[in-house]
Amino acid sequence: MPLEIRPQTMDLKTSDLYLGYGSSPVIDGLNFVVPAGKITAIIGANGSGKSTLLRGLSRVLKPTSGSVLLNGRDIHEQSTKAVARQVGLLPQGPTAPSGLTVMDLVRRGRYPHQRIFDQWSSEDETSVRKALALTKLSDSAGVLVDHLSGGQRQRAWIAMALAQDAHLMLLDEPTTYLDIAHQVEILELLKKLNIEEARTVVMVLHDINQGSRYADHVVAMLNGDVFIQGAPDEVVTASMMEKVFGLKAVVIADPATGTPLCVPDAPENA
Amino acid sequence: MRPEAITAPSPVTLAVLVVSIVAVAVLISFTAVLEPSPRSLRTKRLSMLVDLRVVRLCGGASALLVLLTLLGLEIGEYPIPRFQAISTAFWDRAGEYSFVVNSLRFPRVVTAVLAGFCLASSGALFQTLLNNPLVSPDVIGINTGAALCAVFVLAIGADVGLLPWAAFAGAVVTAGTIYLLAWKKGITGNRLVLVGIGINALLASGITYLMVKFPIEQVLAAARWQAGSLFGASWSDAWTLTVAIACLTPPAWILVRRLRLIQLGDDMASSLGLRVERERTAIILVASGYAAVAVAVIGPLGFVALLVPHIVRLVAGPLTGGTLVLTGVVGALFLLACDLIAQQLFAPTTLPVGVITAALGGPYFLFILVRYNRAP
Repeated sequence: MPLEIRPQTMDLKTSDLYLGYGSSPVIDGLNFVVPAGKITAIIGANGSGKSTLLRGLSRVLKPTSGSVLLNGRDIHEQSTKAVARQVGLLPQGPTAPSGLTVMDLVRRGRYPHQRIFDQWSSEDETSVRKALALTKLSDSAGVLVDHLSGGQRQRAWIAMALAQDAHLMLLDEPTTYLDIAHQVEILELLKKLNIEEARTVVMVLHDINQGSRYADHVVAMLNGDVFIQGAPDEVVTASMMEKVFGLKAVVIADPATGTPLCVPDAPENA
Repeated sequence: MRPEAITAPSPVTLAVLVVSIVAVAVLISFTAVLEPSPRSLRTKRLSMLVDLRVVRLCGGASALLVLLTLLGLEIGEYPIPRFQAISTAFWDRAGEYSFVVNSLRFPRVVTAVLAGFCLASSGALFQTLLNNPLVSPDVIGINTGAALCAVFVLAIGADVGLLPWAAFAGAVVTAGTIYLLAWKKGITGNRLVLVGIGINALLASGITYLMVKFPIEQVLAAARWQAGSLFGASWSDAWTLTVAIACLTPPAWILVRRLRLIQLGDDMASSLGLRVERERTAIILVASGYAAVAVAVIGPLGFVALLVPHIVRLVAGPLTGGTLVLTGVVGALFLLACDLIAQQLFAPTTLPVGVITAALGGPYFLFILVRYNRAP
């Protein structure tokens, strides 16, 4: 990977972060640094706080205590638009209102760059064109989002997040509900964005093998804290699978890429 | 109320009605030919995206509105020689028919236009905010709240001048109550709709109670006002609406862009740099304000706020600053047309305009309901 085109110092980390919805915290005193310029996959069991962490990192959820620091400053003390120009979020299973065209959707991603009297600058137009081209949707700009296939629709949402021009993109299960070919398509797209556009990507994934194949850095979460993190072959091991997911698993080398491939152990061995 | 029995419309009236309905249908189908044509508009300090199609539609609707306004001045119970009414309204203001034209017809037409603009704008904002085509201020109880206060004022025999203020207070208090009751770590569209429907029922029973409780002579005026009527609209009504539109439209324009992000979901909107709850509160206030002022002036008129934004969305697509204006203009057109029909259909007996909007809106409501339920 070309290390030269790393983004301008973009540094997002959490400091003793507590996040939660009621009285009991979901994220419990987390200190975590987002690896800049890399693809990070967050894995973990249901309820381990993956999505909550993503929402906290993107300013959507306010911490109960502790803070999320963007370039050293608390994101809740910065201008919301300034944060949005640097950090973008694609939530899980977003829904578009009916009657919306792809073009209209992608344009809305430009909001953090616009002002009341400056609503459609030439930069806005360039960014939207580029986002459509990168996601191969230039020819479908006028199509209604309702009429797209699942894979195209997800690409349209990614195009919207791209148009936001944030160096850091947070994606919550971007491949869920897609068939395997479209899953690969989305992950290849994200990889391309990481390499060619020098974007930092953080995504929550359910499929551990996709995580170890596409991510530079894997974070395994357990009970609202990071259990282990590092390169895929350090993290994706049989012992991690047992502790984080409570599943006896066999880890072998992926015959296609050599990255760790993890399959559940046969029941008679478990 | 006039004593004459309701008479059947004359063949001429019927023919005019049929022709105008066909004309409107042709016009609507004509808009399908127009493709969306976005144009970038840029100067040193200003840049925006303008959809020429919406501009054309706005122009067409405004032209129709002017024609209909002139027609509204021309026709009425009192016979005035052809084109005399128009000249009396615009340049010969001291003419022979000055009272009929300048004190009765002109303010009534202008009030219908402005109130229609307010109701439709309110409906567009509510429907987009809650992402539900069945929502409008009359469905979630804003109009009923205004009506309850107004009926109370009429029933206790207080000064009629208080009526608009009472209605306004009722609408705003109702909006606030619904919002507070629906608040549970934020507002979701569905909860707000359900709470609104409950509040609406509660307020409606309150009105019924007042109607039964107070003597019939006193509640008769309230009953008429409640049906929604432009009868007796004055220049001061038109002024009230003008001031309200002037105050509410600039914030509505600014809020539309944020509303378009809230449409994509709260998390999305928030990550795009919006303080979602604050913006949502502002949008509800502006939308309630539009509804309240219209109800205060012409009564809790149903269906305009429901039907017009839906039709405009079908023709012109999702809400933008441009389509918000278009919605307002079409609302004005719709209410004015309904009022002219209400005056002419069973002439010389005039109906409250609310009867016509309900007669057209009821079936349309069912149509949306069926469509909405069949949608995947």
